[in-house]
Amino acid sequence: MTEKPKNYSRRDFLKTTGIATGALIGGGLIGGLVGLNVDKDDQHVSDTGNTNHEMGTNGGFQFFQNQREFNVISNATERIFPKDDIGPGAIDLGVPYFIDRQLAGQYGSNTKEYMQGPFAVGAKTQGYQSRLTRASIFRQGIAVLDEEANKRFEKGFSSIEAEQMDEILTAFQNDEIPMTGVTSAFFFRLLRTATLEGAYADPMYGGNRNMDGWKMKEFPGHQMSYINVIDKEKFQKIAPQPLGGM
Amino acid sequence: MATKLPKTDIVLVGVGWVGGIIAAELTKKGYKVVGIERGKERSTEDYFMAHDELRYADRKEMMQDLSKETLTFRHNTTQRALPYREWGSFLIGEGTGGSGEHWNGQTFRFLPYDFEIYSETVKRYGKGKIPKGMMLQDWGITYKELEPYFDKFDAMTGIGGEPNPLPGSPQVKYPNPPMLETPVTALFKSATKDLGYHPYHMPSNNLTQPYTNPDGIARSACQYCGFCERFGCEYGAKASPVVTVLPVAKETGNFEVRPHCVVRKVLHTNGKATGVLYVDTRTGEEFIQEADVVVVSAYQMNNIKLLLNSQLGRPYDPVTGTGVIGRNYAYQTYLGTAVGFFDKDFNMYAGAGALGAQIDDFNGDFFDHTDLDFLHGATIHITQLGDRPIANNHVPPNVPSWGKEFKDASVQNANRALIIKAQGASLPWQDNYIDQDPTYKDAFGDPLLRMTFNWKDQDRQLMKFMGEKCAEIMKQMGAKEVKMTGDEIGDYDIRNYQSTHNTGGVIMGADPETSALNSYLQMWDCENVFVPGASAFAQNSGYNPTNTVGALAYRAAEGIEKYLKTGGSLV
Ligand SMILES: Cc1cc2nc3c(=O)[nH]c(=O)nc-3n(C[C@H](O)[C@H](O)[C@H](O)COP(=O)(O)OP(=O)(O)OC[C@H]3O[C@@H](n4cnc5c(N)ncnc54)[C@H](O)[C@@H]3O)c2cc1C
Ligand code: SF4
Repeated sequence: MTEKPKNYSRRDFLKTTGIATGALIGGGLIGGLVGLNVDKDDQHVSDTGNTNHEMGTNGGFQFFQNQREFNVISNATERIFPKDDIGPGAIDLGVPYFIDRQLAGQYGSNTKEYMQGPFAVGAKTQGYQSRLTRASIFRQGIAVLDEEANKRFEKGFSSIEAEQMDEILTAFQNDEIPMTGVTSAFFFRLLRTATLEGAYADPMYGGNRNMDGWKMKEFPGHQMSYINVIDKEKFQKIAPQPLGGM
Repeated sequence: MATKLPKTDIVLVGVGWVGGIIAAELTKKGYKVVGIERGKERSTEDYFMAHDELRYADRKEMMQDLSKETLTFRHNTTQRALPYREWGSFLIGEGTGGSGEHWNGQTFRFLPYDFEIYSETVKRYGKGKIPKGMMLQDWGITYKELEPYFDKFDAMTGIGGEPNPLPGSPQVKYPNPPMLETPVTALFKSATKDLGYHPYHMPSNNLTQPYTNPDGIARSACQYCGFCERFGCEYGAKASPVVTVLPVAKETGNFEVRPHCVVRKVLHTNGKATGVLYVDTRTGEEFIQEADVVVVSAYQMNNIKLLLNSQLGRPYDPVTGTGVIGRNYAYQTYLGTAVGFFDKDFNMYAGAGALGAQIDDFNGDFFDHTDLDFLHGATIHITQLGDRPIANNHVPPNVPSWGKEFKDASVQNANRALIIKAQGASLPWQDNYIDQDPTYKDAFGDPLLRMTFNWKDQDRQLMKFMGEKCAEIMKQMGAKEVKMTGDEIGDYDIRNYQSTHNTGGVIMGADPETSALNSYLQMWDCENVFVPGASAFAQNSGYNPTNTVGALAYRAAEGIEKYLKTGGSLV
């Protein structure tokens, strides 16, 4: 085995900064503390916290402007697709990075959508009618998630408890939160879809780390042929293969 | 000022399935054909690295660029029409091969009943059976007349299938055997047989064995790779224009494709077209391509747009029900389904675009409608297309759509959920139609199309009836839990993908008062313009459209040749 690259574990950081291991700062997530390749054993701040997943910044940001935005999106996606005993959640899968990359590109700037006015509010069944791009909708959505958390719980979204996050996300889903130029239900729909995309897209997009999303679903990814599988009575387990090679 | 180019025999607006068939047929006969295509040139090489769900299925890599052009949509004339800004309910392809590159290949002939739906309905049930506002009409052609053209399309593409066991259904002899039987199709077949129905394998345009077609084109067999619908085929096994008709046309030396060029108008004077006006989008330059015959082969929706923008044919008026361009827009009534959750894993990640089994017992007029509150019906199928993980997140009833419970259920059921769907006929109504939008414009400043469409009680009753049938079969298949849809259909929802089976708008028929085209797809009002495509359908059936589109394209090719020899109206 070649020598492992140096991984900065949370514990190392906490030691060097003098924060006690196991302490949960603000009851929520602490971002920006660890590297991308965290030691597996060291992933949790505490087993009692609800939202205790690591979020690295070593991936860098293409879209998010600051750690606070990144933490909000990390927590929100984690609630949509949480880590549990069947496998990793959005954060461990790299979903926040996936979303960052997507928002910085064509998807975020709506280059392939019809974005000419006049704009008007239509029936839900008439689809996307906002003059805002997806990137702007996410930016605003994140700010409003934070505002709503402050309003209800006097803390930022990343500092509240998991159940409180769920309460706010549900209110977004039910279109109960005012937003400007877009509805909260629309933002929620985007967020939910982007979370699933990040969990299951080819790993070259920054999510589905280690193909763990595919492994959970026993999806083999990119394979050339299933002609020898298709008529088999028994389930055929195939090791997943990404497009780009890992 | 547009630059005038030397005249050609035939100019095509769009090089997809229809354009490709016309090009192959007429270049083989020695005619010169120019194909103007808005997208890029595609080749099989482009599909080698394409097993990418995000890029192709979600971000719609192969679809028309909506930032340049879309349509607007409203449910009825009192609602404000708003643009279809992002892809949803249907997807329209762009680039050589058109939607024929990223289709599934489920390839059915419409029924004899479909082509004579008005006469057949009146004969069996009387005029009173047709509700007010339903614009049923015959197509001006019969199944019998179309049969040789269906045969041509089947042989060219190499369809694999088996005869439909349903008594009274047309017996088709396909050039290749059906796709493989899988545990999923076998389970569906035994359950439907137990219930007294007549299951068979869906006719497929994913080649089931190596095949050489009558043009000498050899292609290899489908590998069941699971990335078919919305993707190009890296094996050339899925029949598409790029691997069938386009190489044949090119080989003759009589065919020229001009990619990246968008046609804005068909030019015409005194009831005859002179050519088309197009823009090369790389330079913005305008050209006029003159031709003896103009073929509008730009996909159903774009065909209507071209004609309205060219002021060809009489626009349809929904108040009086007169006029023809935009008339009888129909879709696919496809929301009756049943999802079944099983205790065992199936190899759902594997599949092919047209791998499935189905019954036609409740399609067309194979069942008695006397006591039913809808006409026509649906085919009921199970498919195994390759369940990709972003799109397929089935959860049992009462499981929320996100959070831990959702995650666990969607992961656990990734290979344990099967779906039965009813692909329903969509019948024409006086107030479901297409016209020009008064407000929104495309990249050249031309008006967008405006779609006015909603489900009717006919659709809702049909989907409920079919949803219940789907659930009945799913239970018989042994699902431990069944989730049915179809009983709570509200307004047409343009956000969610349903099918790219848009039909009507430039329909064929026997009477110029109620149709735009004669039985050769030749315009009544402009004898050297032919408009083959699903836009010619007087209504939509319980089947995918392309076999019928293909047959009509072969019919049109024959008509064009006749016209070039004799001139005048062919009917
Ligand atoms: C995802 C998907 C799955 C499908 N699955 C099935 C199936 O299983 N079975 C089935 O029967 N059918 C299926 N279809 C439908 C099938 O693809 C179409 O019926 C068929 O391709 C129609 O042929 P066409 O020639 O009319 O249009 P297309 O094949 O779409 O070709 C039209 C061409 O015209 C070009 N064009 C448009 N406007 C202009 C312009 N102004 N100037 C220049 N060029 C222009 C376009 O770029 C395109 O290349 C599916 C479609 C989709 C999108
Ligand atoms: S499923 Fe078959 S026909 Fe479809 S893309 Fe894969 S190999 Fe080609």
